[in-house]
Parts: sequence; structure tokens; C-alpha cells
Amino acid sequence: MSLLDISNLTVEFPGRKSTFVAVEGVSLALEPGKVLGVVGESGAGKSTVGNAVIGLLQEPGRIANGEIRLDGERIDQLDKKAIRKIRGRRIGMIFQDPLTSLDPLQTVEAQLVETIRTHLPMSHSEALTRAIELLDSVGIPDPADRIGQYPHQFSGGMRQRVVIALALCAEPELVIADEPTTALDVSIQAQILDLMKALCVERNVGMLVITHDMGVIAEICDHVAVMYRGNLVEYGETAQVLGAPEHAYTKSLISAVPRADVTIDRFPNVNYIEAAATPTRSIDISTHWLGKARDYEAATGPLLQVQDLSMDFEVKSSIFPSRRKYFKAVKTVSFDIQPGETFGLVGESGSGKSTIARLITGLYHPSGGTVHFAGTELTSLSSRSQVLAMRRQMQMIFQDPYSSLNGRMRVKDIVAEPIKFHKLASSNTEVRQIVDDLLDHVGLGIGAGEKFPHEFSGGQRQRISIARALATRPRFLVCDEPTSALDVSIQAQILNLLKDLQQELGLTMLFISHDLAVIRQMCNRIGVMRHGELCEVADSDALYEAPQHAYTKELLTLMPSMDLLAKIA
Amino acid sequence: MTGTGSNTPAPKQSRLKAFFDSDIFHAFLRSRTTVVAAFGTLIFFLVAFLAPWIAPHDPFDLASISIMDSQMPPVWMEYADPRFLLGTDDQGRDILSGIFYGLRISLIVGFCSVFAAAILGITLGLVAGYMGGRVDAVIMRVADVQLTFPAILIALLIDGAARGVFGNLDREVFSFWILIFSLALSFWVQYARTVRGSTMVEKNKEYVQAARVIGLPAPIIMVRHILPNVMGPVLVIATINLALAIVTEATLSFLGVGMPPTQPSLGTLISIGNNYLYSGEWWIAIFPGLALALLVLNVNLLGDWLRDALNPKLR
Repeated sequence: MSLLDISNLTVEFPGRKSTFVAVEGVSLALEPGKVLGVVGESGAGKSTVGNAVIGLLQEPGRIANGEIRLDGERIDQLDKKAIRKIRGRRIGMIFQDPLTSLDPLQTVEAQLVETIRTHLPMSHSEALTRAIELLDSVGIPDPADRIGQYPHQFSGGMRQRVVIALALCAEPELVIADEPTTALDVSIQAQILDLMKALCVERNVGMLVITHDMGVIAEICDHVAVMYRGNLVEYGETAQVLGAPEHAYTKSLISAVPRADVTIDRFPNVNYIEAAATPTRSIDISTHWLGKARDYEAATGPLLQVQDLSMDFEVKSSIFPSRRKYFKAVKTVSFDIQPGETFGLVGESGSGKSTIARLITGLYHPSGGTVHFAGTELTSLSSRSQVLAMRRQMQMIFQDPYSSLNGRMRVKDIVAEPIKFHKLASSNTEVRQIVDDLLDHVGLGIGAGEKFPHEFSGGQRQRISIARALATRPRFLVCDEPTSALDVSIQAQILNLLKDLQQELGLTMLFISHDLAVIRQMCNRIGVMRHGELCEVADSDALYEAPQHAYTKELLTLMPSMDLLAKIA
Repeated sequence: MTGTGSNTPAPKQSRLKAFFDSDIFHAFLRSRTTVVAAFGTLIFFLVAFLAPWIAPHDPFDLASISIMDSQMPPVWMEYADPRFLLGTDDQGRDILSGIFYGLRISLIVGFCSVFAAAILGITLGLVAGYMGGRVDAVIMRVADVQLTFPAILIALLIDGAARGVFGNLDREVFSFWILIFSLALSFWVQYARTVRGSTMVEKNKEYVQAARVIGLPAPIIMVRHILPNVMGPVLVIATINLALAIVTEATLSFLGVGMPPTQPSLGTLISIGNNYLYSGEWWIAIFPGLALALLVLNVNLLGDWLRDALNPKLR
């Protein structure tokens, strides 16, 4: 008898017009002391499985069929009161974002002691002792001192440790972790995964890990279940599923994961994901508007030169300059980008890489240093026409496909706006033709222009963003984490598209990412950033084969191991 | 949730059909109070719009008014005249027709002042929110000072000042515009604050940054990109404000600084009736008062529902 036994689970969300089946006929089993990973892309139903187990299905979702057994006892039909006794006591939860899963107005002590005393018959002092022990076991230094602090006084990784301690409060038999490391930086991610695995074995707790990240699966899971659109497509031991996947979806999912160990020319084209429309009319770039000789002279030397660039954000304002406090987001950073190359900036959150992108594109005004573009100093430009001419040569693709498009405008108007504003076409008919060609060229197919952004998926929206960026016929493209909000298979498509466009149009790119594997595949040269400083700049192969700076070495060792994935390449 | 659903072209729907099929219309039908309120509001609007055609008498036509008909009670009482369903006022004007025409004036004043206040408030709110810094500080301090005065006081002040400047020349035309102006000046702050708050959220979103990278100037970004995205809450405020403006107008007219008796709004009618309230002619004040209360109630119910429907947090 397994610890957790899910058999033939079907979860439905009845709607006004139709019933959405989020999970269909899923059967899983988990033994104590083992880790079972549920992996899939967004909309696969993996979180719904976790929520069904703890009885927290979002309204109006319901379990339409199947059984969930914890230690042989059925828990899917319990009433609210009974399931509440199990939740927290016998099943612990770890959520994605440690920032929102702790109460910001209560000390860690209050939250831990309350949870312990709710579930276990303990006095306040006994509970406090237990809470301190728990914090110690999840690796928080000086637990007796830190327990009295508020969540905001802990860093992101430490906070997630507190959340884990909270989940373990009542000595549960089962812990469900829903994307436990997605909100964390790579270096912290590795520590948290190690901790979770160790605790699981040590305390003989069964753990259900829900994630989209194959790296996490490879790192800690004993068994893995691959889900695709509500169905279980493959289920087995991790080594077997990742090493010798049988189902075509698993294969394509694994092959889409960017590799950090070798450089490949293109990501393998995977089926089983939303199909991108192949351009219907292939445009001849050399004669088309998009590829026409653009009215800027070829740059001699580097296209972009960043010298001693720095940016201070005022965190405390005061009328007296001496009492103002600043946060130095970027500290005297210098680098060059040659025409036609892709320069990568990699670093963890808060390292200042996005700030640099915004300084270069003129969204922020630098506190010090200069940016030269094609020999012209950008900050010294005074007249509006000069600024506009520069803006036109430089475009940006943003991270979040859901907020980077104005939801009240039709796609064709979004793409046409830069063309009309910079007067790059002579007539409205020509603008319309160009917009159609652009949308077609980025793989959106005919008729996409008439729709609104919300009618598209994340990957398709990112294609619209790319079309908008190309609409000024730029020669320099800044990509700020363009794929970090996307599923891996869609990420592969978007990265391929960017590579193709770069080759066709001879674009120069600044590519920013926190993902070392993505950066390696995309960039010729890479700069590693930490705390606003540039630690190391090197050619991409050299950086990965022989990192010089200590921080680069650390980052590379901390990446979730891809050994399992490497086997099947 | 990403799906391939968006790839298959949806069957073409007309806008009207899409609206009747939308979730918001469905939510509307499910709230019975709201349906009744919407129906009531619609009737009030229709009556106001059609007043010249459906009113049994023309209260402005001096030739048809006879002092002999003054202070007639409603038809179901003694000494009533069947020509006057709800009785007549002190000058022999039909109360029902007076209410029809008064509704018209109340609603016109209400709509105009809400419109003016919204334009003023949205403009200042957008500028304050987008520009930030000193511009924001100045605009919002003015708004704060403005908020310390009750709307009625501001309206009285402006009315008094305008009378001082213009004298009493042609009150019939002027009092309308003075009323709109003073109501707009009392109500703009709410729009400005809401729009400013939403603008500050929107301006940090990536679509606004994308527009800046394209090189669009600030006014275009504000009007074309930010404005459509902050209109939701404005619509709610406008609906609730319509009721408030109508009541304030009625109050001002009741106090004698609103619409003149020659162009009676509901407030003016109540004011006239107030003089006779204790001498037995209650209908002169009560019926216009009832009409006013019902109108405001219906519009408010509609506004409350709209606020809940457009705010996903309250659902």
C-alpha cells in the first residue's frame, strides 16, 4: 500500500458554456521517503492534481471521477472540516512564492508556533522549542535569534526555508511542493532542492513535486509523471523516463530544454506544441521593405560602446543632498558590442542587467558614464529629431508577454504604430501590407492582425512583440529575458525565430537572461553580472569551458545537473 | 492557460451578439435587482427624453396655464380635476408634466456635469500620474484642498461669485452653465485620484515602456495607450456620480441657487412644493420628491453592480 494513491483522477471545471476537463484519468502512487515529480507545461493540469489532493480546488472545480487515498484511506470525499484536519497535519504544502506564502505582519515565531499548536497537543514553550529545532534543521543560522523576525527580514532563499519548516511543522507524512524553486535564483535553487531531498529521506516523508522544470526533476525526483493537457503521458523512474523517454511528447519536451554543455546551432523543432504558422508567402528580404538598405551608414568599430555606465536609484529622498540615500543598481560597467554579434548579459535577480538594457534604450537616464551607439553619444543628443532617429535604430523585446502589449489595441494597430509614427511607409495601403508581411514572417499567419492580444497565447504574444520591434527596421535589438515567462518548448521556437531574424536582417543583439543555458545558445560573447558589476566578459565557449571569475565558476556548478538529459541528446 | 484554441479562427460574431454572449451580460441577467434597476433607469431616461410628446400639458406654455386650476389635488381625492393626474401646483401647472420636464432638466444637468467633471479629472489625473514629481504634487495638493470643501459649498461659492460678476442678466441661460461649472468643479477630484492611481500602475507596465522605446511623445502615450486602460474605474465613478450630481443639483435648486422656477428641475419643484407642505397641498412636493428618490436609487443600484462586476477582487 502506497502512502499516496491516486487512481483514475478526473477533475472538471464546469463553465457556463462547456466543461473544461483539467485532469483526466490520472493514476499515481508515492511511497514514503520518495520524491515524485509531476512535470508539464502551463495548462497541463499538474497543479490541479496537487490541489485536488489537499482539497483546495478552485471554484467551480470538482473531482468528477477517481479516488485519492492517503495511507489507504479515501480523502477525496471528505467534508471541509475533515480535510482541514488532514491539511497541515498529515499533508504539508510548499508554494511557489515565499514572498506571498508567509504573513508579512506576523513574526516567523508566531506563524510556526500557531501552526504547531493547531495540529499537535503542545504547550507554547514546547512548540517554540520545536519551531527553533525545525528552523535549525532547514538550515537557518542562529534560529533562536532569527525566529523573532518578520518574513521581510529574510532573503528569498531563507524565506523559502521558513516555508519548508512551516510545511514540516506537524510531522506530515506527505509534502506537496508546487513549483518550490521557480521564484528563486539558480544558486539558491540548488540549495533548496538539496535541502528538500535530504529532509524527505531523513524524515521518511513522501514528496510530490510539481514543476515545469526538467532540471528540478532530474535533480531530486525518484519517479516522474509527465502530463500533457490533463493526461498522464508517461510515468516511471526518473532515470528511465528522462534517459529513454517513450512518449513523443516527453521526447520533444526534453529536447527543447536548452543545454549549457554544448553549443548547438538551432533548437530541435519539436512537434506536440502549439503550431506556429509557417509563413505563407516567404518574403525576399533583399527586396522587401524590411530588408531594404536602411539609411544608416555602416558602423566602423563597435556598434555599441558602454563606458563606465552607472545608475543610482534614490531610495530615500531628502532636500539635503547629504541625507539622500541611493541604491547603486549599476556600478561603472563597460563593454562593447560589435556589429552583427549577440552579446549576452547573465546574472541573478538584482544584478542590474535589466537596468543596463533600460539605460541603453533610453528608458532611464544614467547617473554616470556614456553610451555610444554607432559613434554617437546617446545622452548628449538634444534635439528631438536626433533622439527619434536613434530610437528607430534600437528596439527592445520585453519579458512579460502579458503586459508588453496594449490590450485595448488590435494587433495590426500595435505593429503599425511605429511605422506610422516614424513615417517609414508612404501610404496606409503600404503600412497595411508591411504589417501583414511582418506578422506572417514571425509565424502568426494570416488574419492575426484583426485580433486583440488576449486572443493569443504567451508565445504568440511574444511573436507580436518581435514584429512590433522589427517595425522600425532597427539594427540593434535589446532582448530583456524574452523567453523567461514561456514554456520550454515555446521558448525553443522563439529563440529559433530570433536567431533566424538576426541572420536574415544582420541584427546586432544584446540578449539578457538569468538562464545560463539559454545565454550559451544565443550569444557569441557573454558578460556575467553580479551586484551591478560586470565580473567577467568572455567568448561564450571559453566562458563555459574555462570560467575565470570565481562567481562564474560558482554559477556554472550550481546549475541543475543535465547529466540525465545529456545522455539522450 | 495556453492552448491551441486561439489558432482556430473563431466564427465571426457581430459586436452586439458578442456582448449578449459575454460574461458581464450574463452576470447582469443573474442579478435580479440590477435588471429591475436598469429597467427603471431606462424608463426614467425615456420619459425625460420624450417629455414634450408624452406630457399631458406643457408647463412652459403660459397660454395653457390658468391660475384657476391652481392647487388641484391628485385625481383620487375630492375636488380633483381629471385633467391633472397628480394635481397641480400653486400656478396651476400639472405636477405630472412638471415631473416629466423636471426629470429632463435634472438629467441634462447631471450628464453634463459628470461629463465636464470627468474630462477635467481624467486630464489632470493622467498628467499627474504620468509626469509624477512636481506636477503631480501641485495637482494633487490642489485636489486635497478642494476635497476639504463640501460640494454644496463650492457650488454656492461659484454661484455667488458668478452672480456678482455677471449680475442678474439673463439668469435663465446663465444659471444652467453656472450649475454645470460648479458641479464639475466639485466632482473632478474623485476622477483625478482614481485615474492618477491607475496611471501610476499602468505607466510601469511594459507596453508603455515599449511605446517609449518606439519614441512616441508623452501626450500620445497618455491618450492612446494609458487612457483606454484606466477607463474601467472611471465608468463606475461616473455612474455613481450621476446620481450624486442629480441630488446635488436638486439641493442647490431647492436652496434657490440652481435652476430658476421658469425652468424647473426636480429640485425646483420640490422647493416650490415645500411652501405648501404644511397647508395640506402635500402632492406638490411629494411627487417630484418620489421621482427624484426613485431615479437616484435606480442609478445607484446600477452603479454599485457595475463596480462589483468590473472589480474582480470583490467577486
